This record gives sequence, C-alpha cells and structure tokens, in this order.
Amino acid sequence: MERPVYFDNAATSFPKPSTVVHAVVHYMTQIGANAGRSSHFRAVEAGRLLFNVRNSLASMFGLDNPMNVILTENATGALSLAILGYLREGMHVITSSMEHNSVIRPLEHLRKQGTIRLDIVQCDTAGKLDPDDIRKSICNDTALVAINHASNVNGVVQPVAEIGAICREKGITFLVDASQSAGSYPINMKEMQIDLLAIPGHKALLGPTGTGALLIDDSFDPKRISPRKFGGTGSASSMIEQPDFLPDRFESGTPNLAGFAGLAAGLDYLQRFEGGIQRIHQHESELREYFVEKALQEGVEIYSDERNPATATVSFRIPNFSVSDVARRFSDDEGILCRQGLHCAPLAHRTLNTFPEGSLRFGFGLFNSYEEIDYAIDAIRRIRDAQ
Amino acid sequence: MPNSSFVILFHSSNHAIWAEAALKKACINCKMIPVPRHLSSDCGYCVEFEHTEHDHVLDILSHGGIEYDRIAMSK
Repeated sequence: MERPVYFDNAATSFPKPSTVVHAVVHYMTQIGANAGRSSHFRAVEAGRLLFNVRNSLASMFGLDNPMNVILTENATGALSLAILGYLREGMHVITSSMEHNSVIRPLEHLRKQGTIRLDIVQCDTAGKLDPDDIRKSICNDTALVAINHASNVNGVVQPVAEIGAICREKGITFLVDASQSAGSYPINMKEMQIDLLAIPGHKALLGPTGTGALLIDDSFDPKRISPRKFGGTGSASSMIEQPDFLPDRFESGTPNLAGFAGLAAGLDYLQRFEGGIQRIHQHESELREYFVEKALQEGVEIYSDERNPATATVSFRIPNFSVSDVARRFSDDEGILCRQGLHCAPLAHRTLNTFPEGSLRFGFGLFNSYEEIDYAIDAIRRIRDAQ
Repeated sequence: MPNSSFVILFHSSNHAIWAEAALKKACINCKMIPVPRHLSSDCGYCVEFEHTEHDHVLDILSHGGIEYDRIAMSK
C-alpha cells in the first residue's frame, strides 16, 4: 500500500485519472487558444472542448439543452450566481441547518442588508432534514428553497426528490447544492424536480480545481436570474449590453480552458465506468460501512446515523483526544491526509453537536481501498494506545 | 463545399458548435468556417453545408432547439 493515504476527497478528489492530466497537458501544448473569440481552427477546437463539457453534464444530470449548463469557477461561484442573481427585495427563502457556508453566507448577506427574509429549518442531530418541516415553513412570499444534497460534514443525503415535489407544487424555485454528491450519487434534475443545480468539477466528477457549473432546468426561465458579472463573451460584439441568451448571459471573460479540458476527460472517465455512478456510489458506501463498523469497535465516536442514506464522508472523534492533535499525528506520523475542525459549515456542526471543536473528517473516494481503511484503523489504535 | 452551399449564422459560438455537433451526429457533411466577408454576424464562425441538405438541416436545428440567427448563401 502506498502512502500517504488520501482521505480528503470531500475537499477535492485525488488522484485524478491519468486521462485528466493528459487532457490538461494536451490543451496547454496542442490547443492553447481562447474559445468563442477568434475563428481559427484552434479556437474552434477550444470551443468544442467547452461544448463537450456542457453536453456531458447535461446528459449526466438529465437536462435536454446543453446551453443551460453555465460553466463557473467552482460550486461556490455557481451558488452565488443562483442566490445573488435570483433573489429580489422582499423574497422569503428557506434553507437548512446543514448548509455549507457557500449557501449560508450569500443568504445571510442578503438577510442582513434587509433584502430577504430567511428561515433555517432545523435538521435532527444526525443532520437529517424532514421535508414536512420545509412545507411548514412555506409562506406566500417564499421564492426559494436552497438545500444541500449531501453534507460535507457527515455525508447525510437529504430527501431531495420529496422536497422538489413540494417546491414544484407550490411554485417555489428549488436550488440544490450538489457539491458532495455530483458524480458519486445519482442525480436527475427532472425526476427530482430541481430548478437550479450547483456542482463542482473537481470533486467526484474528477476534474481539476477551478471548475464548476450551474445547471438550469430546461423549463426555468433564465431571465429570472441576473448576471453577476458582465463583459466580453465573444458574441453580440456589436452591442454594449450583456447578451440575454445562454450560456453567454452568465459567462463573461475567458474561462478556465485547461481546467475544463481536464473536466471533460473526468466526465468521459465516469461515463465509461462500468455500472456508472450507481456502481461508484455502491463502492463508496461499502468503504464507508467498513470504516464505520471497524471504528465503532475501537470506541470512535461517529457523528451520523448509519440508517440514513449517505455519501462516503464520515465525521468522527477519538474520545479524550483533540481533533487537531489527531489530525497532526495522522498527517505527520501516519501519512493519512484528512480534514479536521469546522468544515466551513458552522450550523451543521451545531446541529451535530460538534461545535466549536469540530470533527475529524474522512472523505473516501473512488480510488480508496479496504487496505487503506485497515491501515487507518491501526493508526487510530496506535494514537489511542500511545497516550 | 460546392458553390451551391449555405451557411448558418449564429449569435454565439456556443450555438455554432452545438449545431455542428448535432449535424455531424446526423451524418450531414458540414464544416465550421469563418463568417464570409459579404455577411456579418455577431459570431466569428458559421457552419457551412450543402444546399441539398437544407431541409434536413432545418429539421435538426428545430428538433434540437438550437438557436441560430439566419441561413445565407455562402458565396
């Protein structure tokens, strides 16, 4: 077994398939051009590269129109575009106590300046959201429900399809943050009745950092969202106004072409993976179950209810040890790479009763193995017994 | 392409590339070219195809919901 052992896939996936690396190098050495501006053959090739990413993402998440895939710098960029671009004076918004700061901070910003009213629905102590609590919070002026599909703290997966049905029935826009689930948990925007889906390219979709997207449902009028940035698009060059068609309405400036070249390869890898995302989810669930079972035998505290559906992200503590000390020993002595503390989700930690110290977090990925988990369990034992 | 070819003009290169992909998927002989000098367009390139494929091309654009500006003679 090679070390270090990488268990920080909830932050970004590693390693990437070699095809992703080769695609980035191929763009940098063989294409190199900007997309959508000039008309020479390399510029066209760069444009095709972006189209391939849009087309693959549309197909993966159940969209008909690839132009409704807005490429962004990450999921945070996609969420800020959706939240700040959509919400207007006097709107009421519902979100949950398990949200990441990429959702809570733009909402809190709007609430604090008096633009919106915000209700944060409390999840149970394992982080699970009851869709009935969403229904009870709906008011006449509720315009948006923003929900984290899977928690970045403990992996709990929310009943997004049930919440989507409630939102559709009430005519409320439904925004889903799929930062932790896109690529490792099946998502279909039509079946789940999701209007706006924010995804990162660099986590389970296996692309490089600096890539993400906002997917807008085919039936959602994109003019309801104002652009958050303005500038050159390579299109409508005779006009000084921002174009109103997609994706140009939201995509000013030169995109991260090298990154998207890698993401196209990551998506291609997933599309060719036998059994698809369902099989990947099964593998990661098995890793999670294996770790949790062994960790519990060692007296480790796990901050989740294993009866809930979940991704392969686990939060835990070794009793009587500070999480920062354990994380340092994991990194320096054992060669285990993970995250510790508060994972950019203070409300989630309060919900799970892990505030303010936070937790240790293992985020397993497609390329992790049982052998690595056995090694981590041995490491936990060594740290605990050395006291 | 023969003299009797047409071009599809677009507002955005994103739509041009989408159209090219859809036409190629339908095995239509087409080519991405810079917009000819006698035409003007918001987008730097356009898709050229043979005139005999005209109706087939329109069907594909319409069926796919692919936005375009207009169709013109290439020469």
